[in-house]
Amino acid sequence: MTALSLAFTKDLFASVMLTGIYSLLSAGFFVLMDAVDVAFTEAAVGAGISTILMLTTLTMTGRFENRKLHHPKIALSVVIVTGVMLVIGTFDMPAFGSPSAPAQTHVAPYYIQQSGQDIDIPNIVTSVLASYRGFDTFGEVVVVFTAVIGVLALLEFSRQEQDASQRPAPMFQHKILRIVSKILIPPIMLFALYVQFHGEYSPGGGFQAGVIFASSIILYAMLFGIEQTRKAVSMPVVKLLAALGVLIYGSVGIVSMLNGGTYLNYSVLAENDITGQHVGIIVIELGVGITVATAMILIFLTFAGRIGKTEEEIV
Amino acid sequence: MNFLEQYNYWIVILLMMSGFYIVIAHGNLVKKLMGLTIFQTSVFILYISVSKVFGGTAPILDDSYEVYSNPLPHVLILTAIVVGVATTALGLALAVRIKEAYGTVEEDVIQEKDLQQEGSTE
Repeated sequence: MTALSLAFTKDLFASVMLTGIYSLLSAGFFVLMDAVDVAFTEAAVGAGISTILMLTTLTMTGRFENRKLHHPKIALSVVIVTGVMLVIGTFDMPAFGSPSAPAQTHVAPYYIQQSGQDIDIPNIVTSVLASYRGFDTFGEVVVVFTAVIGVLALLEFSRQEQDASQRPAPMFQHKILRIVSKILIPPIMLFALYVQFHGEYSPGGGFQAGVIFASSIILYAMLFGIEQTRKAVSMPVVKLLAALGVLIYGSVGIVSMLNGGTYLNYSVLAENDITGQHVGIIVIELGVGITVATAMILIFLTFAGRIGKTEEEIV
Repeated sequence: MNFLEQYNYWIVILLMMSGFYIVIAHGNLVKKLMGLTIFQTSVFILYISVSKVFGGTAPILDDSYEVYSNPLPHVLILTAIVVGVATTALGLALAVRIKEAYGTVEEDVIQEKDLQQEGSTE
């Protein structure tokens, strides 16, 4: 329903709020579907960071969109035809929740039965993410890093020095908000660290921890202003850390090669296989956490730092 | 055979098509990105609903459970969400730059301006 109403609102601000609600709803849905790790990520990323990013963009691009739609009737008919064809395609699909569906019978049983012995951590999602499919995850981290470089290239390097430092922070007058958030920020950071280092035992891990950590910095930036945050969090250091996270992850692979294994084979990292797996997973999760956290902070600060300049140019 | 067994796919298709409609019918670039996000999330829901096993529980090993949902799609979607927000951020950054260059993020206005510019240089 939310998605449908989203299709027809003209007010972009309302649409952003709807995407936030939509993400929160889908996070709830993921919990119902037993995907607690995914729900955690969606709640932090979809309902939090991406909503904030959309809002920040709107302050620069304008709140309302044009009345006119591109040939809504043609578009609607294309959509309906595609939808009907997809529905016809589902008639051959396995039933929902069936234990004998092809998806459940190939490699999944191996992960569920063996990961306990191979890696000895309870959270199968973490073992698959960090160990069995470590290559994939490395790729994802590199993509996040590349996207940050792209955002920086587009927004940061073309930015002239602005005199925004004199402007008061956007929410400077809200005393209660400022004090409450000052109390909240340290626990949020602590919670991020908990999620980071408990990823093996409970839902969570580097991706979620990174996003939660970044959200504490973003909260600070929203209440105390961008310039203040840039003073508190040194931008060159954050940029360096983003690269360092990828480097940590990649060098774990190199170290395991030097120890006589293949790339990202953690078993050779310590005396016995299982300890090696644990060391490997903790180190690469740390790399993931650092890169994701710094990436989100960088993206937000770059977007927000842009606002002052755009206003001056357009007006 | 009971057709209602595939209702999860139909919900996904409904979501996916509303995202698709937003992308092709709206001219505003930011709105298009929102449509893409809806589309993307519908794919996430597809994968996660495929991984569900009736009677299963979250894939965190514990002696008191026997049946677990498939962990593999969870891993794929977990990373896809974070990568998704990073690429959305890249798209939004492009929209911001387009706004600065053209003064608008409406597709048709941008196209008009492009045509005008071609006309004036030739």
